[in-house]
Amino acid sequence: MSLASIAIEGGFRNPVFDAQSVFRALMQAMAEPGTVARDLGLTRPPAPLTPEAAAVALTSCDQDTPIWLDAPLAAEEAVRAWLAFHTGAPLTATPSEAHFAFCAEPENLIGLENFAQGSQEYPDRSATLILQVKSLSGGPELLLEGPGIETQRTLAPHPMPRHFTRQWAQNRARFPRGIDLVLVSREGMAALPRTTRIVNQEG
Amino acid sequence: MNAHAEAIAQYNFAYLDEQTKRMIRRAILKAIAIPGYQVPFASREMPMPYGWGTGGVQVTASVIGPQDVLKVIDQGADDTTNAVSIRAFFQKVAQVSVTTHTGEATIIQTRHRIPEEPLKEGQVLVYQVPIPEPLRFLEPRETETRKMHALEEYGLMHVKLYEDIAQHGHIATTFAYPVKVEGRYVMDPSPTPKFDNPKMHMSKALQLFGAGREKRIYAIPPYTHVESLDFDDHPFEVQRFEEPCALCGAHGVYLDEVVLDDRGGRMFVCSDTDHCEERRAEGHRGHLSGEEAAT
Repeated sequence: MSLASIAIEGGFRNPVFDAQSVFRALMQAMAEPGTVARDLGLTRPPAPLTPEAAAVALTSCDQDTPIWLDAPLAAEEAVRAWLAFHTGAPLTATPSEAHFAFCAEPENLIGLENFAQGSQEYPDRSATLILQVKSLSGGPELLLEGPGIETQRTLAPHPMPRHFTRQWAQNRARFPRGIDLVLVSREGMAALPRTTRIVNQEG
Repeated sequence: MNAHAEAIAQYNFAYLDEQTKRMIRRAILKAIAIPGYQVPFASREMPMPYGWGTGGVQVTASVIGPQDVLKVIDQGADDTTNAVSIRAFFQKVAQVSVTTHTGEATIIQTRHRIPEEPLKEGQVLVYQVPIPEPLRFLEPRETETRKMHALEEYGLMHVKLYEDIAQHGHIATTFAYPVKVEGRYVMDPSPTPKFDNPKMHMSKALQLFGAGREKRIYAIPPYTHVESLDFDDHPFEVQRFEEPCALCGAHGVYLDEVVLDDRGGRMFVCSDTDHCEERRAEGHRGHLSGEEAAT
């Protein structure tokens, strides 16, 4: 297949309704951290971008939202062309300029503090990171507390960025500034908004 | 949908164009991530005037899908002008099912009440908000109130509540009673009676707030601490009513006063019409219901 047709095919079949259902899953995941929203394989993007991450991109990104890609994604011309065609979002090489950051290899992700944290006056001007993890249940268990969680919830994503619990505690300490995380795998999508606390420490 | 899709000059599903929905959806996600913080958004002109719930309508339009069941209330009632017209709007532009039953709805858009029936997990409560900034009547400058939120400087609000006590002997604020969300942001719960404030605390439903004219969206996720501001020696308390609902006999609900004649006659009835109707269907009767209680 030519690059042009790879870039054009594989978007939402019903852009309006697919975007709405993915957004509801995203909203649910963000409002109830640690829960997994399923059935998001609505797109067929070029690898290494996964269908779940691509669904989040098509739902959230447009010409107003610069996107940052990690090295494996940025290296793939088909991924860049696909995102450009389907979202119209500009790519940026500067992580602090990105509204959304997509990451295919979370274990090699640069430090979370490199992304836009928002300001004390406008904490909403912060990045949302979408991490493509292999699994949401196979890794070290994270015990979660915070808004959206009645008592406690567990999530075991794998792989995660280096020293993740320590980085997350620092992110949490910056509140109301800070980044928000969306974790996607074949199982579905989960989110860790900046308010979520990880109460067990890295073993 | 196909029959509609073939017709010409259609509105997009749920009226708003997709780029607007994405912008509002991004604001909603950030609002959920920072509970109680007012996220600015590019509020659109809607086919109804500002002040008629355009903020709530834009939030609902960005969230709603064909599977949803919508309930709209205005001061607790399903059958008043604002509720009827917004419900009809979404039936027309989104072809969604509507209901008046709190328990059946997946999205409830509300003007100034929280339903009496406890909300469930998965439900979304969308508030129409006129003035989202709780500090606005104390400090008119946006630059200053923004700084006060940034610095968590809420002394002015406590002074206002204290002045209530100094003047009236108690906190005289009865609606739009300020709350603190998750120990950080002071938030305006919209002009709901303070009777409803305790329902916001650890609610099972997601609460979204839209202010169309003021261009702000904010949110409270489920299971979030929402504390009404008060003083140790003047703790927060809700309104109490001396008599039960005159139609359904309910105690412990919020009542509206209805004037009956020009000689001081009045009755108090449930503000939540769905709650009142369901109770009457179950056989509960108040003293003015005109029927005998079911035995």
